Amino acid sequence: MSHDAKHLTDLSAHRWRVSIALTAVMVAIYFGFMLLVALAREFMATEVVPGLSWGVLLGALVIVAAWALIAVYVWWANHYDRRVDAMREARR
Amino acid sequence: MTGAGAVLQAAAEAREVNVLAIVFFFAFVAITLGITYWAAKHTKTTSQFYAAGGKISGFQNGLALAGDYMSAASFLGICGMVALRGFDGLMYSIGFLVGWPIVMFLVAEPLRNLGKYTFADVVAYRLRQRPVRVAAALGTLSVVVFYLIAQMVGAGSLIELLFGLPYGVAVVIVGLVMLGYVFFGGMVATTWVQIIKAVLLLGGASLMALWVLSRFGFNPLALFLAAKEAAAATDPHANVLGPGSFITGPWDATSLGLALMFGTAGLPHILMRFYTVPDARAARNSVTCATGFIGFFYLLTFILGFGALVIVGQAPIRAIDSGGNMAAPMLAQALGGDAFLGFIAAVAFATILAVVAGLTLSGAAALSHDLWVNVVRHGEAPEHEQFVVAKIATALLGLAAVLFGILFQGQNVAFMVGLAFAIAASGNFPALVLSMLWRRYTTAGAVASMVGGGTSAIVLIVLSPAVWKDILGNEAAIFPLKNPAVISMPLAFLAGAVVSLLFPERAAAEKFEEMDRRTHLGA
Repeated sequence: MSHDAKHLTDLSAHRWRVSIALTAVMVAIYFGFMLLVALAREFMATEVVPGLSWGVLLGALVIVAAWALIAVYVWWANHYDRRVDAMREARR
Repeated sequence: MTGAGAVLQAAAEAREVNVLAIVFFFAFVAITLGITYWAAKHTKTTSQFYAAGGKISGFQNGLALAGDYMSAASFLGICGMVALRGFDGLMYSIGFLVGWPIVMFLVAEPLRNLGKYTFADVVAYRLRQRPVRVAAALGTLSVVVFYLIAQMVGAGSLIELLFGLPYGVAVVIVGLVMLGYVFFGGMVATTWVQIIKAVLLLGGASLMALWVLSRFGFNPLALFLAAKEAAAATDPHANVLGPGSFITGPWDATSLGLALMFGTAGLPHILMRFYTVPDARAARNSVTCATGFIGFFYLLTFILGFGALVIVGQAPIRAIDSGGNMAAPMLAQALGGDAFLGFIAAVAFATILAVVAGLTLSGAAALSHDLWVNVVRHGEAPEHEQFVVAKIATALLGLAAVLFGILFQGQNVAFMVGLAFAIAASGNFPALVLSMLWRRYTTAGAVASMVGGGTSAIVLIVLSPAVWKDILGNEAAIFPLKNPAVISMPLAFLAGAVVSLLFPERAAAEKFEEMDRRTHLGA
């Protein structure tokens, strides 16, 4: 395997690892929330401050977490793109 | 407070026409058909028809994705569920959003780099074309058909209520206008219809939410507290801020969660949109924008749903539609009278048109690109033939949508959206991911996973409470959960893995490196 091909394979494997790790975090957050709804009903109904139950607060935070993970991914993917561009440049 | 309900009730009974709603609606149709006329001039090739020639920007595609995804079920259905059941309704607001990070991490960019018009392009990339295309087209068409039925039946009854038009007329109008967009303007027109609809829906919902909040000192917590008190006044045991009877246990929660989360990444009309942008970077930008808009919209449903509960009241909402679908329009009328009701009704109509157009286009791509070009013609059809077949497929699907709408009038079709998500999560998503990630995946494995996942999802839904008990009238459901994904999705992965290991395919494994490189780097 040429040096370039090896490098590309490494980059690709790295890329899948990051994608799958971020997927796992999102899965953990969402299913954690769903299991709290199923198993900790009393807790989800208690109010943190009057008017705001843990259920509504954590639900809104799941949406915020989805945004945050996407921001992390975009930051990382832009970085990855620059590495790929640099590699393509070097090959020329 | 009951005034809004009474007026809508009277309108429904007397088929009274809300003139402003009609004016807003005609303005929308006139503008979008004008755009379609312009788009038709730029739609001369198959690539323009299915993918707008890849010339849509990331931001535009983000808005269009939001317009494609936020169906009338999200807007009217979730607002109604929150108004009637409180926190339980929010489970859908959250569940419909969490699929987007999965779309971003696993499918958006690879799809753009590997495919042309359909997700089958990716699954079939290193496998034998014909068996994979047939299975993938079946998966696509079943998702599209179930989703279309739900949208068309919803459209017919909504328009009947909102505009006072008879059901059949409403279904035919939706079908014809949608067909006009897709048949003549292809993806370019569909994209702009979705963009305009997304802007209208986000604008209308934001305005309505601000209006609601203005009555509570712009403090959402004051609104939530008022909602809790209002609901407890009629039913002292109810706490709308906590879980109700919707989720029955951890398996139910997991199964519904799986379908919502992974179904989004297997919806053919969503996946197809990634082919409309020039490159993977634009695909990434489009998911960022889409998730921003869609998440914002679902956060608004917290306020709109509880706002309808307090300002309109649960009893009047239930009196008009037991599922609560009229909560948002009734809230609009209570806040801004007939003018605002007319605007929101027209937005709901536009919402249905945009979603139905996207569904039809992706179904037509499965029929013509997957089945005709790649199965019947072995991938060798001339460009002109592809373009003509694409249009014939579009017309057939448009007619089918109208027929389904009329055939299923008055039927309980609420389970069909859940079914579409379950098939997408079990039939489409596992095959898509395995084809990109697993070297030893084979043609037989892909077919087994798509057919096994899709079929088990359909069979289990028939045996579930929504169909076996509520529709077929049996005493108890054979399959106890709301959604089959907890069984059908692992089954699809298992079938794909076992069959691939039993029947290895060397040619497929040898093409893995080339595919993997292209997945991340593009051509």
